[in-house]
Amino acid sequence: MDYFRVLVVDDEEDFLETLVNRLNKRSIDTTGAQSGEDALKLMEEKLFDVVILDIKMPGGMDGIETLREIKRIRPLTEVLLLTGHGSVETSIEGMKLGAFDYLLKPVKLEDLLVKLAQAFEKKDSQDQKIRSAKIKELLRFPGRVFDQDKEGDK
Amino acid sequence: MKTTLYRNLQHKIIAITLAVSFAPLLALGATIYYQFDRVCREKIEEQIRYRSRAQAEAVDVFLKERTAILSAIADTQTFSEISKESSLARVLTVMNTRAGAFVDLGVIDQAGQHLAYVGPYDLKNVNYYLQPWFGEVMSKGIYISDVYMGYRQIPHFIIAVRRQEGENSWILRATIDSDVFQHIVRSAQLGRSGDAFIINRDGSYQTRSRFNGTALSQSGINPNAFGRGTTVIDRRKSDGNPILCAGSWLKGTRWLLIITQDATEELSGLLAARNAEVAIIVGGFLIIILTTVFTARMTVRRLQESETRMSELNAQLIQSDKLAALGKMAAGVAHEINNPLAVILQKTGWMEDLLTEEDFEDSENLEEYRQSIRKIEEHVERARKVVHGMLGYARKMEPRMEDVDVNDTLRQTVTMLDNYSRINNIEITTTLSEQLPIIASDQSQLQQVFLNLITNAIDAIGREGRIDVISRMEDGMICVDVADNGPGISEERQRKVFDPFFTTKDTGKGTGLGLWVSYDIIQKMGGTIRLKSGVGKGTTFTVSVPIVIPEKK
Repeated sequence: MDYFRVLVVDDEEDFLETLVNRLNKRSIDTTGAQSGEDALKLMEEKLFDVVILDIKMPGGMDGIETLREIKRIRPLTEVLLLTGHGSVETSIEGMKLGAFDYLLKPVKLEDLLVKLAQAFEKKDSQDQKIRSAKIKELLRFPGRVFDQDKEGDK
Repeated sequence: MKTTLYRNLQHKIIAITLAVSFAPLLALGATIYYQFDRVCREKIEEQIRYRSRAQAEAVDVFLKERTAILSAIADTQTFSEISKESSLARVLTVMNTRAGAFVDLGVIDQAGQHLAYVGPYDLKNVNYYLQPWFGEVMSKGIYISDVYMGYRQIPHFIIAVRRQEGENSWILRATIDSDVFQHIVRSAQLGRSGDAFIINRDGSYQTRSRFNGTALSQSGINPNAFGRGTTVIDRRKSDGNPILCAGSWLKGTRWLLIITQDATEELSGLLAARNAEVAIIVGGFLIIILTTVFTARMTVRRLQESETRMSELNAQLIQSDKLAALGKMAAGVAHEINNPLAVILQKTGWMEDLLTEEDFEDSENLEEYRQSIRKIEEHVERARKVVHGMLGYARKMEPRMEDVDVNDTLRQTVTMLDNYSRINNIEITTTLSEQLPIIASDQSQLQQVFLNLITNAIDAIGREGRIDVISRMEDGMICVDVADNGPGISEERQRKVFDPFFTTKDTGKGTGLGLWVSYDIIQKMGGTIRLKSGVGKGTTFTVSVPIVIPEKK
């Protein structure tokens, strides 16, 4: 598995800390955020391939709002939803908003890793498609390489 | 308790209806009965009164005629002429030719000596001076005697008139044929029980009574009970039958003409009418009673049925309310439990991860730690399963609408359980209606429900038994019965079977969520699950789902 970066968003500190530790131990570059706001701040600073997002968070932004915001600023980042209870309807709504999949808490690490891998693969293939599209474009219009750089700085 | 209430109600309805319908009927019946009776009696009385008066007049006329003839003879004859027996005999013949009923004729001088006599008896030269009638006729001029025996020893009566001829007076005396007189009186008697006779002021018969006695015997009737004119008296015979008795006083005598009539004979028409009336009313009563009882029963039964239906409906409502509330609670509880579980799982996972590090490899208790962690994970897994079960298969996904063949689903489900049932020696038979349409529903959810029901049936039976799976159409719904011949469910438990975590299975074997989830699934489809069971009678679960026609693609 390629090296990839994961952001975990969960209000439960113990859970967050442990999951971050365990993923890091498996050589996945993982960062934790205790709220939607924190997560969005981190995402402004750093690129993540996959976000693991708890749907139900008390106070501040809830999962769905955060998801909407993530998809707005980083449409290519895949989001895995975690749900602690039977709010399947919310999960479905989340998937409609572009989440990759959802998992029921408590989730086994093995299951989570599988899903992460799938999400990353999807993101990766998407990236590659985009990359090849860009390459094609560059081959056709070599002058645009400057425009792209500018956009990348943003 | 309920039954006594209903029985009381039924009795009340019957009592009120009967009272209301009987009262006027009874009043009407009684009025008709007594009015009819009164009118009839009055009519009979009127008749007998009329007859009595008419007959009295006839007898009066008879006596007056005889008296008039006798007076006329006495006035036109001289004593010397009439005292000759030859002329007296001629006069008697003329009198009998013209008027009749004279038995004999005699002439008596003022000394009471019977000077001349024509007739069948030998009464010549008898002296009447001391006879009471002699004095009467001498003083009053005309005299009609009571019936008496006299010298001839046969009941008879006489009419005597006095003739004043200068200084002397003489008496013409005639005896009236009692047979003729009796015949006249008796012509008023009527029917089989009618009687007509005359009594004097002492109550003695003057003519023979048809039933009670000969002339001169005592009648036992008190003449003073009869006033002037015509009086009707109700007497009772010894056998209790009422006898109407009409008496009219005759003019110029002291005789009372009495006509009696057995009222029962006259009243037989009335009695027949009365019996008919009573029969009609009794018949009416019977019909009213029958109708009332029948109607009351029917009403009460209807009432009872509708109440039963209502309470069933209520029970269903309460059931679904309860389950909805429980569902909400379960979701809340699940959330609260899932988060800690998630933390525990992650923490143990982390511990497991750490144990792989070199520092711990040499620890004596490494294996013990590992085992404990595995146990923790195992039990978290168990708790997780329960919570996920609670959240339900039903909540996993929105129901997917696809074309579902219910029969096919049932067949698949039974096949899935084939092995399980065979191990336990349970026979599953399927009776599937071919009429079932394909419906738009969620096959996996339906299968989940059938699986739950049949598994429960197998577990309820234990070993050896049979399960009937039946699909049919009823009231525009598809119904599936799962009937087992297991031990049945007590009524108390029936109320709880759909509750979450209610289970009769051993701990760890069943979560008690199967029926709850099934109920939820079917309710979301707009259908119902009902059960019919009794201890020792087996259990039948019936699933009804509405027919939703799939959209044409």
